[in-house]
Amino acid sequence: MHYFRAPDARRFVNASLIIGVAFVVFGMSFGVLAVAAGASVAQACVMSLLVFTGASQMSAVSVLASGGSAASAFGGAVLLASRNAVYGLALAPVLRSSSLPVRLLGAQWVIDETTALVAAERDETVRRTAFWVSAPILYASWNIGTLGGALIGSNIDPSDFGLDAAFPVMFMAMLAPHLRTPAGKRAAVFGAVAAVALAPFMPIGLPILVSAVGMFFGISPSKQLPAETTDGAP
Amino acid sequence: MSWALVLALSGAAYGLKLLGSVIVGQRTMAPAIERCLLLIPAALLAGLIAKDTFTVGQTIGIDARAVGLAVAAIATWKKLPFAVIIVLGVGTVAVIRLFV
Repeated sequence: MHYFRAPDARRFVNASLIIGVAFVVFGMSFGVLAVAAGASVAQACVMSLLVFTGASQMSAVSVLASGGSAASAFGGAVLLASRNAVYGLALAPVLRSSSLPVRLLGAQWVIDETTALVAAERDETVRRTAFWVSAPILYASWNIGTLGGALIGSNIDPSDFGLDAAFPVMFMAMLAPHLRTPAGKRAAVFGAVAAVALAPFMPIGLPILVSAVGMFFGISPSKQLPAETTDGAP
Repeated sequence: MSWALVLALSGAAYGLKLLGSVIVGQRTMAPAIERCLLLIPAALLAGLIAKDTFTVGQTIGIDARAVGLAVAAIATWKKLPFAVIIVLGVGTVAVIRLFV
């Protein structure tokens, strides 16, 4: 993978390893929950390898664990996975120069964290490096965690260590570069308000799709300063 | 858990991830659409931050996570390194939960 030898690779390796710690821990707790919900170790691992979108996987096994049907587990999980379709739109320009097999592989790695790391960058080459360096590291972290959790099976609760806050906190750092433009600020405020205000009235996973409507603040070309990459996190 | 569910979910999740690439394909978009696509992360990251901090399931509330987020916001504003931001945010939540 020549992306790992790119000049900016080091920066994304570091960021991905930090995020990877959270992925291993949450992957473990997914593995534990999956086995407790009646999945075999193989099923838990195949789910992390093929589904690879944490919130959906967690949702599916917790519906099953609480006695829900496979259909309701599926429905809730798909709703949570649907935001990846929106990320796919945002990441399409990063993937479009690659060959078809590479694009098909890249699609599997379209998730919150890879999108966030890519989106903090403006330069096309750096964006590709961000994606192709972070994705395999995060993929490996999630799957190693799942295997570990499914095998060990002892209960670990990430929230005991405050790790349930790890994702909003890292997203905060990644959001910062987007707040430098008026349109970015408007999109962010809209997204945040929609996600919280609609939560009581919609099934879980749907309000975040309404948040995505905030992207239409980009229609008018007003004062879109290019975000800098040098002082943006990570 | 059935293999049918595992595989159905795998197929659906991959299909959704692939959808964006299929829609946009290898075309170059109109400038207005490109600008909108660039705003997706701002809208969704802010949404995820707000949801993960101020809701539990379908209930809105404020708890230790809000304090952790505030600390992380200050750390981000002060341009501290990524790892430090996360450790400060997560550490704040862990310490509050330990004592409250």
